[in-house]
Amino acid sequence: MTQADTMTLNTGNDSSARAALSLDVSRAVKGGRDRAGGSNKTSQPPEPGPTKIEVKGLNFHYGKFHALHDISLRIPERKVTAFIGPSGCGKSTLLRTFNRIYDLYPGQRASGEILLDGRNILDRRENINKLRAKVGMVFQKPTPFPMSIYDNIAFGVRLYERLSRRDMDERVEWALKKAALWDEVKTILKQSGKALSGGQQQRLCIARAVAVKPEVVLLDEPASALDPISTLKIEELVSELKDSYTIAIVTHNMQQAARVSDHTAFMYLGKLIEFNDTGTLFTNPDAKQTEDYITGRFG
Amino acid sequence: MDIYTRRRTINIINLTASVLTTLFGLFFLSWLLWVLFQQGFSHFDWNLLTLDTPGPGNETGGLRNAIVGSLMLTGVGVLIGAPVGVLAGTYLAEFGRYATISHAVRFINDVLLSAPSIVIGVFVYEIMVIPMGNFSGWSGAVALSIIVIPVVVRTTEDMMRLVPDSMREAAAALGAPQWKIITSVVLKAALNGIITGILLAVARIAGETAPLLFTALNNQFFSLNMDGPMANLPVMIFNFAMGPYDNWHDLAWAGSLLITLTVLMLNILTRFFLRPKR
Repeated sequence: MTQADTMTLNTGNDSSARAALSLDVSRAVKGGRDRAGGSNKTSQPPEPGPTKIEVKGLNFHYGKFHALHDISLRIPERKVTAFIGPSGCGKSTLLRTFNRIYDLYPGQRASGEILLDGRNILDRRENINKLRAKVGMVFQKPTPFPMSIYDNIAFGVRLYERLSRRDMDERVEWALKKAALWDEVKTILKQSGKALSGGQQQRLCIARAVAVKPEVVLLDEPASALDPISTLKIEELVSELKDSYTIAIVTHNMQQAARVSDHTAFMYLGKLIEFNDTGTLFTNPDAKQTEDYITGRFG
Repeated sequence: MDIYTRRRTINIINLTASVLTTLFGLFFLSWLLWVLFQQGFSHFDWNLLTLDTPGPGNETGGLRNAIVGSLMLTGVGVLIGAPVGVLAGTYLAEFGRYATISHAVRFINDVLLSAPSIVIGVFVYEIMVIPMGNFSGWSGAVALSIIVIPVVVRTTEDMMRLVPDSMREAAAALGAPQWKIITSVVLKAALNGIITGILLAVARIAGETAPLLFTALNNQFFSLNMDGPMANLPVMIFNFAMGPYDNWHDLAWAGSLLITLTVLMLNILTRFFLRPKR
């Protein structure tokens, strides 16, 4: 009997949500063909804090391609939730639904519900720009705008706030300090953001996202293009930011997920296979697929 | 012959052919420049800028009216054409990127890009010169702007598309509305390329003759009145080169050199704008 099987059997005395999760997993293991009537199952971390984002029965299509299958989960507030899985499993796609950035492209559409503080953000009536001001995002490749370091930070702030010169200076400094970049750039704020190194550019992007004071920060493989030292800095930053923000991070790097996150979701072929607190997922995974992936047997 | 030797031989043959064809092209370019300098440069003097084009039998003369006329026609042509081109290019690259109509617009723009300029001249003659009853600087400028538009549309779209989507996503992720993304981020990133496109369009119309033959015509006298016929360098060259007088021929050479140098300078300017900056 494998460890995963034992886990599945042992969940009988856990919460019912946990049992539902196991059911979910065993179904997925069998091939996951039968998804009928599964729209209200909700995977939930075992230590439920207040929920920031609740995903209910989310499906996502790129044109005809069905990329996400009936995803349901809760992302707890002021915690770091990591999404891992092999390339093409849909983890980035899922992240990109949380601020509806996919909306920029025709043919990409999501159905189901994503509740941010109880409001369904997939609703057509939802103001998408205000949503994005609340849910910030940092991308895989650093994307400094073609303007000065100062203006890079101020750009987002100016969209929604009218600050005096002094207040703006303070905000820029605050954001750069949050992103642990201030000491490196305080004397060159007027220089182009493109003149910074890759790691600095990525921290600039984090500062830019933080500057608008969002509630959620989405990180899409933020360190995958960076060297180990810059990666370390980003990871330290993530741990610090979670005191004030809800963070969702997609990563290819399992060690990274284990280091920075409180909860981890494992995805495979567009399905959420397992969602648990990080310690449990990495030491005692429920699903065979999760175990295979984290032990390096595939992916 | 083993594979390596074979590949090496093919490489040498191709390299030689490329160098030879390059030299072939450069040879004619330098020949042309050489003849232009030889014939035109000796006539560069103050009279060229201070005197107007001579009538038949006049011994002295310059190109003042033609130079001023050309500057005005080109200037107004770009002022009309560049904004239209930049806005249309922005539509194609940003707002209407996936719209069905964009394919049609792009196709028609490409047709316009390669339309014979004499056709554009006849077209403007029909829509402006005939209704107005006389040749005019305005109709000349409009004809030139029709040449400017497709060039600018094309370069604007191309340059905006060179701006990676990740940049647009990053701006959108901060909650920026589309117009803000375009004006503050995309346009900024693409600006040098767009300016280059406009300068290339200026270079293109600086020497256009056919559209002006039917529209601005020519004027022997100095005139700033865009409602009437206007002197300009290309048509002046056309008339004087075919004329019977030696001083006309000299002025035609000088005018040709002047246009060529202007275009050369514009091209150097575009290099300056496009150079990678730190």
